[in-house]
Amino acid sequence: MASNRPKVEDLHLVNLTKTFGDFKAVDNLTLTIPAGSFFALLGPSGCGKTTTLRMVAGLEEQTSGQIKLGDEDITFLPPYKRWVNTVFQSYALFPHLSIYENVAFGLRRQKAKDIDNQVKAMLDLVELSTQAQKKPQQLSGGQQQRVAVARALINEPDVLLLDEPLGALDLKLRRQMQLELKRIQTEVGITFVHVTHDQEEAMTMADTIAVMNEGRIEQLGSPIQIYEHPKTAFVANFLGQTNLFEGTVAGIEGDELVVKVKDVTFYVPLASTEIRSGQIVFGVRPEKVKIVDQGKTGLPKNQINGSIKLTAFVGVSTQYEVITNWGQEISAFEQNIDPSDLGRPGQAVTLAWEPRHSFVLDPDQDLTAGLDTSWDE
Amino acid sequence: MSIVQESITAKPKKRRINRTPYLLILPGIGWLFIFFLFPLSTLLATSLQKPAGISPDDGYLPAFKVSNYSSALAEYYPQFFRAFLYSGIATVICLLLAYPIAYYMAFRARKYRNLMLVLIVAPFFASFLLRTNAWKTILSGDGLVVSVLNSINLLPQDRILNTSLAVVAGLTYNFLPFMILPLYTSLEKIDPRLIEAAGDLYSPPSQRFWKVVWPLSLPGVISGTLLTFIPASGDYINAELLGSIKDKMIGNVIQSQFIDLRDYPTASALSFTFMAVILVMVYLYIRKSGTDNLV
Repeated sequence: MASNRPKVEDLHLVNLTKTFGDFKAVDNLTLTIPAGSFFALLGPSGCGKTTTLRMVAGLEEQTSGQIKLGDEDITFLPPYKRWVNTVFQSYALFPHLSIYENVAFGLRRQKAKDIDNQVKAMLDLVELSTQAQKKPQQLSGGQQQRVAVARALINEPDVLLLDEPLGALDLKLRRQMQLELKRIQTEVGITFVHVTHDQEEAMTMADTIAVMNEGRIEQLGSPIQIYEHPKTAFVANFLGQTNLFEGTVAGIEGDELVVKVKDVTFYVPLASTEIRSGQIVFGVRPEKVKIVDQGKTGLPKNQINGSIKLTAFVGVSTQYEVITNWGQEISAFEQNIDPSDLGRPGQAVTLAWEPRHSFVLDPDQDLTAGLDTSWDE
Repeated sequence: MSIVQESITAKPKKRRINRTPYLLILPGIGWLFIFFLFPLSTLLATSLQKPAGISPDDGYLPAFKVSNYSSALAEYYPQFFRAFLYSGIATVICLLLAYPIAYYMAFRARKYRNLMLVLIVAPFFASFLLRTNAWKTILSGDGLVVSVLNSINLLPQDRILNTSLAVVAGLTYNFLPFMILPLYTSLEKIDPRLIEAAGDLYSPPSQRFWKVVWPLSLPGVISGTLLTFIPASGDYINAELLGSIKDKMIGNVIQSQFIDLRDYPTASALSFTFMAVILVMVYLYIRKSGTDNLV
């Protein structure tokens, strides 16, 4: 049945809104997810990402708006008539059926032909051929997860929805499954929409990430784009650590904007913002910041003096908290090359980074947005 | 290596046997022995006795009269058959009535769930005998049920009381809670996300039910049908109060043999046969439904 259908289509969400009582879970969301992409909806719990996913699956009814697959409006189709399948967070495997029958379930309901070969091929793909006759509760968490993927994927949906699919696995297995899912997606070429609150997971797997907050999309782009050039404080804070500075534009020098923060001068690329005067908020990621003894020369152009408040050796890097003379804390990560030479608390240091590593946020940001939320779940 | 050796040498120390579990099951075993095994063997012995004289007043003597069984069966097989027929029909009706109620309570009722549970258990606060007697009034010739059904010509016999319909209706009413409660318990355990998943996997509502909900509720269906069928087939109150002389079930026969005719060997033989038949039927039923395959 699946093979008779036209090629995979783009998924369009148009002004999609879902309210629960007074609470707007999803707020006028408009989004196009290109066919064949690995798309991540990333955000803290309660940001509306799972609700969005459930509306696409047809498990939740939208308050208003439209969902389209290609040109076909699927907004009011019941779930069993949508060419969309879901990998549930809890896996929701049928406990009374064998692994084989779990995987065959969708095909049987569609009265497909040649079910046996398809199921066997799918079990091969997820490397579970030897477990076919077992019951779900006899498998490990990672294996159950793969069954859930196989059960959805075998129907060759236009879109595969993954709802925090790796949330229940331990860290090591999660890493392994991330690469596994990426491999499967490349192999089958189906659109994957992946909901997660784990920014690392989203960046590892997705080619496009939409960062969601309070029912809206804060920023959309490739992992590198949104990590390197976050547009809002929420995105900057939610995707890893960041140092943000509030300053005033003091002029333009070549292709750089000159920004004064207290009495220190910084440079940010002109191309990174439309702002040419007045207040500005810019930031830099800790791993871009060099930390050296004061008085050194040959450093990048953006420099600031301070003293070390905290040194934390975490293995791959050493993380420093440096305090400026106006009391702002700045993080800097130094790659672990020579751990015998760690800075000590109280030591006077200079922090320096290249202007091009700065990013500028959109105006009027709450600088603490997204700071605590990433640890919710 | 050293660890392995240590554990081997450490083994023959002294293995302490924990006696607590055995002590804890002792009262239960004792109870079963005194109130189940002992009466059962007495019953078996009685079923093989022979009369000491012509009248029951003469008493019975220990014997090995197997013909008690054959003669009892030859005479009362219609009542046997009727008992299983009536209770079978009542069980099926109970299942059909109870399933939607249990389903509603498990998946839809939310805040009314506890209220419904109370309502289902509430009849137990009145005695079985009393409730069945009340049905006598409800179904009587000048009662509302009969006059309504009569006025729309739905009663070919002009009455309900003293018909097999009344007996089956009484059994259904009396044993309905025993069907609802186990069904509810097993439906309530079903993760609603499984039903969502079935819908996501191209199952329209009917398939969602037959492929997911129904198989997962089978343990409840099986215990519910057993809890209904077994006591209903041994029941004699419904047939006594609501049925005619032609509706007597095996329970009525055993009761009158014991109490009225004092033919203890025949009554015991009938009881024993009844128990054996039920055991075999239950065994076949459970084997057939393959409960061990269920979660």
